[in-house]
Amino acid sequence: MAVVFQGIGATAALTSATSVDSKKLYILSRRLVSETKSTFMVVRSDGRLNSGSNRRAQKLITNAVATKADSSPATKPGHELLLFEALREGLEEEMERDARVCVMGEDVGHYGGSYKVTKDLANKYGDLRVLDTPIAENSFTGMAIGAAMTGLRPIVEGMNMGFLLLAFNQISNNCGMLHYTSGGQFTIPVVIRGPGGVGRQLGAEHSQRLESYFQSIPGIQMVACSTPYNAKGLMKAAIRSENPVILFEHVLLYNLKERIPDEEYILNLEEAEMVRPGEHITILTYSRMRYHVMQAAKTLVNKGYDPEVIDIRSLKPFDLHTIGNSVKKTHRVLIVEECMRTGGIGASLTAAINEYFHDYLDAPVVCLSSQDVPTPYAGTLEEWTVVQPTQIVTAVEQLCR
Amino acid sequence: MALTHRSSNLLKPLSAAVLRRTFSTDTITVETSVPFTSHNCSPPPRTVETTPAEMMSFFRDMATMRRMEIAADSLYKAKLIRGFCHLYDGQEAVAIGMEAAITSKDCIITAYRDHCLFLARGGTLVETFAELMGRKDGCSKGKGGSMHFYKKESGFYGGHGIVGAQVPLGCGLAFAQKYSKEEHVTFAMYGDGAANQGQLFEALNMAALWDLPAILVCENNHYGMGTAEWRAAKSYAYYKRGDYVPGLKVDGMDAFAVKQACKFAKEHALKNGPIILEMDTYRYHGHSMSDPGSTYRKRDEVTGVRQERDPLERIRKLILSHDLATEKELKDTEKEIRKEVDEAIAKAKESPMPDPSELFDNVYVKGFGVEVFGADRKEVKSVLP
Repeated sequence: MAVVFQGIGATAALTSATSVDSKKLYILSRRLVSETKSTFMVVRSDGRLNSGSNRRAQKLITNAVATKADSSPATKPGHELLLFEALREGLEEEMERDARVCVMGEDVGHYGGSYKVTKDLANKYGDLRVLDTPIAENSFTGMAIGAAMTGLRPIVEGMNMGFLLLAFNQISNNCGMLHYTSGGQFTIPVVIRGPGGVGRQLGAEHSQRLESYFQSIPGIQMVACSTPYNAKGLMKAAIRSENPVILFEHVLLYNLKERIPDEEYILNLEEAEMVRPGEHITILTYSRMRYHVMQAAKTLVNKGYDPEVIDIRSLKPFDLHTIGNSVKKTHRVLIVEECMRTGGIGASLTAAINEYFHDYLDAPVVCLSSQDVPTPYAGTLEEWTVVQPTQIVTAVEQLCR
Repeated sequence: MALTHRSSNLLKPLSAAVLRRTFSTDTITVETSVPFTSHNCSPPPRTVETTPAEMMSFFRDMATMRRMEIAADSLYKAKLIRGFCHLYDGQEAVAIGMEAAITSKDCIITAYRDHCLFLARGGTLVETFAELMGRKDGCSKGKGGSMHFYKKESGFYGGHGIVGAQVPLGCGLAFAQKYSKEEHVTFAMYGDGAANQGQLFEALNMAALWDLPAILVCENNHYGMGTAEWRAAKSYAYYKRGDYVPGLKVDGMDAFAVKQACKFAKEHALKNGPIILEMDTYRYHGHSMSDPGSTYRKRDEVTGVRQERDPLERIRKLILSHDLATEKELKDTEKEIRKEVDEAIAKAKESPMPDPSELFDNVYVKGFGVEVFGADRKEVKSVLP
């Protein structure tokens, strides 16, 4: 089945997608769909088809996730959990493993974390190791950096990423630059994490995307998690990294459920994730927009397109290796991000792709980002500040014409 | 004390008798210039015990610092030192007194006026001058500059350019000391200009909340660059501004007062948490080399302080009054130091500039087997360390 599916994709690539062909493809894919008795199919990174569960068929967003090895009986079943639990599991494993790992932030201790990421950790590890700080972002981030200079490995939680703007001086000057300005004497193995992004009508100040502000700071690494699997892996990798890492989470993704392996794993901080291989167009995305892209991908597949979706995960530095290989294959790039249009991650990525892979592009790089407005409170307006699946579909159709 | 040992490496054998003479370790009792004023605690006694050896080393070290800063002044004017250069002459007693009271496991963190503190913590003259001139042999390999001197092995954590940002870092150092249950303290130093920074009070709140062994030292030289303290702060009794945190006002031009205060503060911090020390000191130079230092204060004021309160002169008088050395011997020591400093400068000048290939060194610590830059990585792999 996988072969047949890929064959359809290949034919579509060779001939330019005319309306006749796409109808044929549509009919073919409908037949395939009815044969498997599920409403969608996901082509996995190793080429095998994976059908989602019928029960969750109605919830479009979560079902678009490419799940890791769980359906074949040969592999371990793993355990199912929500994204914030995955983060907590990763954090707890690292705290168990290394006594120097500590957490500091507002309400992380007794309260358990405003998104429950540090729930019960204070009971287990004590108040000094899971430290409830006063509301003083500038100084507790500074404190974490000072502690890191001596060898501790603190994790700073910003209750909302937007609050970390108050700590910008510490993050930029001390966190990012101390390793360099001290000639390599000090390493700052700090992890700064917190939820950001446009949530459910939280208002302008609580819906900020700080990736764009931090991306030029030399000396830090930035990653964004999007699934429970990569959340746990990236959290562990960030804690073990000797560099300062900023881990961007998203307010709306904390309750995503996924089955993750029982055995210990960490993910590479600088690697991108191939969500769905394809032939026609490379769609680069990260964090919440991954789900909008996958939702659009469903529509696109039904219309006969074969998008390759990559979750870039590493926002600084970009995984130009994976992205480059993809661009060399598909020759068209669409970037879908939640960051602002001006000076966002997409803008940097566009520049990087144009610089390195200009010869491989058949069409200009299109970047869909959030509008350059403070996020409005009203639901309808908020919806239109971020990129919606319909816009993604339109953009792909235009690019692939 | 460490300074005297280190700088002797650069000496050509000289016949100066003062070097060869061993000084007894009999205690001499000295009184500080003024009694301590305290806030929320009982001040330590005015009488300080010291030894002849210590007094001589104070003199030598302060003279070295003084000489070094003057030499840096000339180097800056000769355009060998560029950028910002903040000189510490006049304030040497703070560095020397503090170093005498603590061990190398205690941490010191300060702002950009860090040359002499670096020296006191065990840095060499060559490293200092090389870093100031941007050479490879500098303590930060030429990449930091005047404001970024660090020495991890001896607990000197810098060297920070942004006013006030080092105080939360200092509380972080104290936090780590408490976390690791070490019986050591951190001295987080800042100036009267930085005393009005919000992050200082935030950090003080946290240090007091968790009883961190942090000692906040305000080096009050009465001018925040060009603004006098009474024009910047409603209350310039900086030792009182901690409110619930005890404070001590110290004559920062008297090395023994500083030593006594730091000893007292260390004991206090290990038992009761943070304490603020206000060092009443003075800088002869302007804020930095770009500032003449005469537009906001009268020349008479500067010369007045130099005559009445100069830390080096004070030690000289004490040494002479206790008959530890003659006037000529002290002068010879100073000549020697001058020679030492000149040799260090010459050696530092020989050091090469960093190679352009070193531009990207130490931006990141490499990990997980992947190159950070460029699109031409061959392999992507993830390894459990």
